[in-house]
Amino acid sequence: MILQVRDLRVSFPAGTAVDGISFGLERGRTLGVVGESGSGKSVSSLAIMGLHREAAVSGSIVFDGEELVGAPASRVRELRGRRMAMIFQDPLSSLHPFYTVGEQIAEAYRLHLRTSRRVARERAVEMLAEVGIPEPRRRADEYPHHFSGGMRQRVMIAMALSCEPDLLIADEPTTALDVTVQAQILELIRKIQEDRAVAVMMITHDLGVVARVADEVLVMYGGRTAEHAPAREIFRSPRHPYTRGLLASVLRLTAGEEEDGGRLPAIPGNPPSLLAPPSGCRFHPRCARYAAAPDDACVTEAPEPRPAGPGGATHRTACHLIDISGGRR
Amino acid sequence: MTLYALRRLAAVAGVLLVICAVTFAIFYLLPSDPAAHACGKTCTPEQVTLVREQMGLDRPVHEQFGGYVAGIFAGRTLGTGPAALECSVPCFGYSYQNALPVWDLLTDRLPVSVSLAVGSAVLWLAGGLAVGLVAALRRGTVLDRSLMAATLASASVPVYFTAMMLLLVLVQQLEWLPYPDYRPITEDPAAWAGNLLLPWMTLASLYAAMYARLTRASMIETMAEPYIRTARAKGLHERTVVTKHGLRSALTPIVTIFGMDLGGLLAGAVITEHVFGLPGVGQLTYDAIFKADQPVVLGVTLLAAFFITLANLGVDLVYALIDPRVRYA
Repeated sequence: MILQVRDLRVSFPAGTAVDGISFGLERGRTLGVVGESGSGKSVSSLAIMGLHREAAVSGSIVFDGEELVGAPASRVRELRGRRMAMIFQDPLSSLHPFYTVGEQIAEAYRLHLRTSRRVARERAVEMLAEVGIPEPRRRADEYPHHFSGGMRQRVMIAMALSCEPDLLIADEPTTALDVTVQAQILELIRKIQEDRAVAVMMITHDLGVVARVADEVLVMYGGRTAEHAPAREIFRSPRHPYTRGLLASVLRLTAGEEEDGGRLPAIPGNPPSLLAPPSGCRFHPRCARYAAAPDDACVTEAPEPRPAGPGGATHRTACHLIDISGGRR
Repeated sequence: MTLYALRRLAAVAGVLLVICAVTFAIFYLLPSDPAAHACGKTCTPEQVTLVREQMGLDRPVHEQFGGYVAGIFAGRTLGTGPAALECSVPCFGYSYQNALPVWDLLTDRLPVSVSLAVGSAVLWLAGGLAVGLVAALRRGTVLDRSLMAATLASASVPVYFTAMMLLLVLVQQLEWLPYPDYRPITEDPAAWAGNLLLPWMTLASLYAAMYARLTRASMIETMAEPYIRTARAKGLHERTVVTKHGLRSALTPIVTIFGMDLGGLLAGAVITEHVFGLPGVGQLTYDAIFKADQPVVLGVTLLAAFFITLANLGVDLVYALIDPRVRYA
């Protein structure tokens, strides 16, 4: 395990954004973290990177055998960029407008590997070539605004991977990109992961992205785990009503032929507020199954993730209304 | 870049010509009669008419204006007959009050105003940036709030009040500083600085307060940019994140304001010079306006316009150096 997160909690003065999530990630594997805005997926990743400056983080984050919660900030900073790296949603605003892409890629490499400026620059050119940017030597001297959206995200990937990290956290890396470019970027991340056996945490609200790249999926709702299972099982036999709702609301090419006249099903209601989250299961106010057969436990008791479904212990769902044997209760 | 600079320089010339014409027109339309002023209180109407002819004030306005502009570049002869005055390049005419060439008056006074402006600019830039930076990085703390309260107070007090208070405390009561008495830097640099320290502090206390607030706001905005998060994700030291990635971006709006402020002050800080009795361009302006000394006012106006447009040009060039996105626009 390169990363082992246990009972992670991240709190802000205004409320708790992540309320006890656990997962592990092996080298060379991809974990897809799925959820709506405010589900706590980005906050979790920033907490792992030690980038949450005003938040209180508790629980345990063990990176390659080393506990990061409570570790000195300087130690986490050494790991950051060197052994764990991150790419972000909007590659234009995430790159500094005043420095050339070559300088920006070389910066972390020089710092962490203590190389000369020249060596770091060579590394930047090499990385640009690796992420598929044509004429890398010339383009290293250009500024981010000279690059297209997809090319900028390639630059971000080159920057993140320059120090050969063991963990790559990608926070909505394709959301700001055109659909055709999205596919190229995902393919690039997949290829790099195979070549380097890097562990990838792919944060997204897009189930299509998850289907493409993830080995395992963590579905988050209101700062908690809703369902955690191998990707295959999430798509073949989703157990949690929220996961089912998410999958049902994905647009399919066959949508027009469905019996309800082609209307796309949506999960009713809005994501829960951090300030006043619903009691018990945070999903119950929007849950179709609870609405059909209300159960007091859903209102009074927060469900713990427990094994459910054909995957046995690897498929865990936090729902009171799921029969452990696989069917509905 | 060179072409850009040349184009901008041509625009500066155009702007100056327009300002010259507007100022000239305003004086032509004013009811005051420069000939009567020049002649004196005991003049008969016949004598005034004679003086008016001598000064060329009886000619049509476009001829007068043409003569004025031509004089700047080629020199001219003012008046006719035995009273004719040879005015050499660059000719801005003669003062109606003391018959001295305006150009000489300006060049005599200019070192005082430049000394005042540049010295106080150094003080207020250093002070304003430092205070603003500390306040931004300690945002929300008691330190931040006290600094901002102090700057608000400092910016609200009129210059003449600050000047009086500083004079009272530092010169009269503590006797730490001499009463300002301008000495050229070429004669005695120490005396030059010592005598100007008080006016510098007076001007700087006003500007530094505004710059501190501006720097704070700009820095807070910049530090919230996604590229700052990227810099932190690379594992850079916070020092590097703040200076290399944060401050450089935060400086751009400050450069703009600084250019304007400095340009405006170079042509004389009227109130400050007046309060401290410094023989600068501001003092000259003050006297010339009260005595309706048209050639001097015209010269001062042109000088001010020249500095402000030049400062603007400087700002744009510095901008292009700081922000690569501007260079090719």
